[in-house]
Amino acid sequence: MYSEKVMDHFMNPRNVGEIEDADGVGQVGNAKCGDIMKMYLKIEDGIIVDAKFKTFGCGAAVATSSMATELIKGKTIKEAEMVTNKVVMEALDGLPPAKVHCSVLAEEAIAAALQDYRARHGLDSDSEYAGCPGCCGGCGRLEQQNRNGGE
Amino acid sequence: MQKPVIYLDHAATTYVKPEVFEAMKPYFIEEYGNASSLYSVGRSGRKAVEEARTAIARCLGADEPGEIYFTGSGTEADNWAIKGAVYAAREKGKKHIITSAIEHPAIMATCKYLKKEGFDVTYLPVDQEGFVNPGDVEKAIRPDTAIVSIMYANNEIGAIQPIKAIGEITRKHGVLFHCDAVQAAGSIPVDVRELGVDLLSISAHKFYGPKGVGALYIRKGVRLENLIHGGHQERGKRAGTENVAGIVGMAKALDLAIANMDQYAGKIRKLRDRARDLILSRIPHVRLNGPVENRLPGNLNLSFQFIEGESLLLMLDMKGIKASSGSACSSGSLDPSHVLMAIGLSHEIAHGSLRLTFGESNTESDVGYLVDCLEEIVARLRTMSPLYEDFVKANKQAAK
Repeated sequence: MYSEKVMDHFMNPRNVGEIEDADGVGQVGNAKCGDIMKMYLKIEDGIIVDAKFKTFGCGAAVATSSMATELIKGKTIKEAEMVTNKVVMEALDGLPPAKVHCSVLAEEAIAAALQDYRARHGLDSDSEYAGCPGCCGGCGRLEQQNRNGGE
Repeated sequence: MQKPVIYLDHAATTYVKPEVFEAMKPYFIEEYGNASSLYSVGRSGRKAVEEARTAIARCLGADEPGEIYFTGSGTEADNWAIKGAVYAAREKGKKHIITSAIEHPAIMATCKYLKKEGFDVTYLPVDQEGFVNPGDVEKAIRPDTAIVSIMYANNEIGAIQPIKAIGEITRKHGVLFHCDAVQAAGSIPVDVRELGVDLLSISAHKFYGPKGVGALYIRKGVRLENLIHGGHQERGKRAGTENVAGIVGMAKALDLAIANMDQYAGKIRKLRDRARDLILSRIPHVRLNGPVENRLPGNLNLSFQFIEGESLLLMLDMKGIKASSGSACSSGSLDPSHVLMAIGLSHEIAHGSLRLTFGESNTESDVGYLVDCLEEIVARLRTMSPLYEDFVKANKQAAK
């Protein structure tokens, strides 16, 4: 049911771990839904020099976390913000429909970590993800993804 | 080294035993006649079906072969029992169904459907080990109760329900009693007289028989409305050309299961207990789900704290171990297993559940390999888990 890329990123996840002196940390999801992602970012001169994650969740949750960290490493903050769930899914050669929410969680984890970075550094930010505890679907983002076909 | 294949999902399905397959073989190419036809090739099919009916009646302790009706699955038998009973009772103004919170989806979804049709359903709770309290059944019975349906043994946590005690209550109140014995048949003795049930479902592929064939025991005198309409098969109660090979296979498989039951149950209980004890002693933060006693001999259900079940299944599969989980991700919804929730587990613990069901092909060395793999995989998934990280940090904090 999973693509080879998903299985590869699940069995050999990249960037698992913590960054002790991270500049931004974001955690999304909750145990009730069965998925929690925690992302650590090291940012120097506006560039993400390192990203690590820890994830409690299914195969897709681990694989999207792994792929998301790979996609944002070496990128500027602006570029990292362009890494949407769709980008993560495409990089993994797709996800089964029931697992699309995992890629949304990966996008939200990046956003939450960047939000934390901005907050720590007193930078301006849009408040979209401030205080987002994970994908409750309340913001309509999940519905929008599903409407877009969720491919 | 070629990786071994260790099948630990016997509650999902079993392979067909070679002896069973041999017994079925003649009914595909040589004895292919329609069991309802009058010429000889049909008559031999009829004879085989009736011999199978007699064998199954004997295996289940029925008074006569005519109380056994063949169906296309355990699910069909469950649907027929409940819908057939309540549709027949509707004209008498009875519209209440009593069942438990831990039934198989074949019962749960049927009750949900009937509720939409205007029937009333009471779902009895279970205790922390997964047992229905017979006293709760008695309290739930109303003048308009049409049927009580309680499973013999639970498919996820293996809890063997007090069917005999419930049967005494339903009989006292004159209420029909159906028992879904799909998981029990072939693993533990099932005797309809002893249990005091009016209706009982079984499915062949759970006891080394073929898929696509089940049976419903209907006590003589119990009236059910028909579910499948068509020809006059099964004495006009269940239409559809008889699955002769399947029926023969089911009878052979049940006969074998009953003949070898003590030995089989003893073997798989020993393997299960060994796996349970090794896992609980070698891996920290593991919980046994379901009872210690009164449990199906091959069933083991554990929750591994801080990790999620689907990840565990995928990694076990990579090691050649086939298992099952009650996590949401494996159920295809956001909610974990209704059975694990009913015994009071938190979402988090239910998401981390693993079901291992032992059977004929398993050996002592499978258990050793399983425990080695689990130890490695659980440790690996925990290093990736933010929940475990929080737990370790909280412990360090507390130690200071």
